[in-house]
Amino acid sequence: MNMSVSIPDAGLMARAARVATIAAKHADAVDAAGRFPREAVDAMIAERLLGIQIARSHGGEDADFSKIAELCSILGQACAASAMVFAMHHIKLSSLVQHGSESAWHTAFMRRVADEQLLLGSATTEGGIGGNLRNSICAIAVKDGVCHLEKDATVISYGDYADAILITSRSNPEAASSDQVMTVFLKEQYTLEKTHVWDTLGMRGTCSDGFLFKGTAPAEQIFPKPFAEIAAQSMLAASHLLWSGVWHGIAADAVSRAQAFVRAAARKSPGAMPPGALRLAELSNMLQTLRSNVVAGLKAYEDAKDDPDKLASMGFSVAMNGVKICSSEMILPIVNHAMLICGIMGYKNGTPFSLGRHLRDAHSAQLMISNDRILSNMSTMLLVHKLDTSLLG
Amino acid sequence: MNETIRGLLTKFGGLPVAVDQIADDADLYSAGLSSFASVQLMLGLEDAFDVEFPDALLNRKSFSSINAIAATLTLILDKRDVA
Repeated sequence: MNMSVSIPDAGLMARAARVATIAAKHADAVDAAGRFPREAVDAMIAERLLGIQIARSHGGEDADFSKIAELCSILGQACAASAMVFAMHHIKLSSLVQHGSESAWHTAFMRRVADEQLLLGSATTEGGIGGNLRNSICAIAVKDGVCHLEKDATVISYGDYADAILITSRSNPEAASSDQVMTVFLKEQYTLEKTHVWDTLGMRGTCSDGFLFKGTAPAEQIFPKPFAEIAAQSMLAASHLLWSGVWHGIAADAVSRAQAFVRAAARKSPGAMPPGALRLAELSNMLQTLRSNVVAGLKAYEDAKDDPDKLASMGFSVAMNGVKICSSEMILPIVNHAMLICGIMGYKNGTPFSLGRHLRDAHSAQLMISNDRILSNMSTMLLVHKLDTSLLG
Repeated sequence: MNETIRGLLTKFGGLPVAVDQIADDADLYSAGLSSFASVQLMLGLEDAFDVEFPDALLNRKSFSSINAIAATLTLILDKRDVA
């Protein structure tokens, strides 16, 4: 088994670190006001991080999921909402990169995303369907080469700030609910009427408001592949791996704060082992488990990415779902453990050891595509899929 | 074989259209086959044909149409005959 997972080069890491510095500076203000992390996203644009996944031949940098997940983690350590915007943009971009090259329009659009650093939003959830993104009620209507779509999108993350939205619908007004397509609509091709305000416990800066979406565009902007294939071959892996990158970032920063707290206590009382030191050792093991889970997921993706049959297999789907369940469940005890170490200084806002934002942000992980829904899908697949019992896979 | 598959599709497919309206090469997912129903169908097929689907064949393509299911089954049955 080849364990190598590509690590971003120093230049890319330095660019991400500069964005993270800016994101960290505004993280508390973004969280408190529930506002879009404008400064961090502007920094991503300035550092040209929005197009890195695109092939060099189309103006990008050929960055794979491992590199992007590392960047998600770096940003997640600074501001989880900024990191999640970055992750969600790249999840949408993965659909374009992996399924758009057969169409002239989508290829040209990819180049525009790289050149102009366009921010891509997503509209997969719908009133009456909820988070079951493999079903749609709304249908796209095509007439004389023009497509029209209206969707009661209960969540469009950073909908007000996206330059284009990738939106799912039934493929035509007579299609079954699972017969879906995805279409790119550019900002000037749609209107958004706000229906729900995103006032939440955590991840407040993603501004995932609900909107009534109405769009009209040339029909060539509909992806030439069924959405079922896009979902199975790129979105599933991209979502679970890049989200996990963000969540690792939240957990890693909580651990860093706990370690800084213990080290400060150790310096204050030389010769005595500070309280919390033992818990810090436990915490380091918990973070290692989380990291191993995400890295194993990235490795499984690297192994499967060039084989569409493997990507569409139940085994791969079970593996990616497992990564999501594990990382989303793991981060809560990690942040909680860090809070036990930092005590009241972690509980209070505005200290160097504050963990309230981390804890609130971390609570979103089990809910974005509900773990119950994922476990239910996995349990269905496990009726026929035989689990791999080897150690190295 | 296709008739047996159609019978199982009627029983487990939960499709919004009658199975005799579906062509052998029509995409079953577009016809409304859910992932839960597709797994029920797989279990029914394993039982009816006394086979186990290997993981390499457990993907959307293998069960995407009546013809695809027949081809998947033929592949497994042929291998068994050789062995």
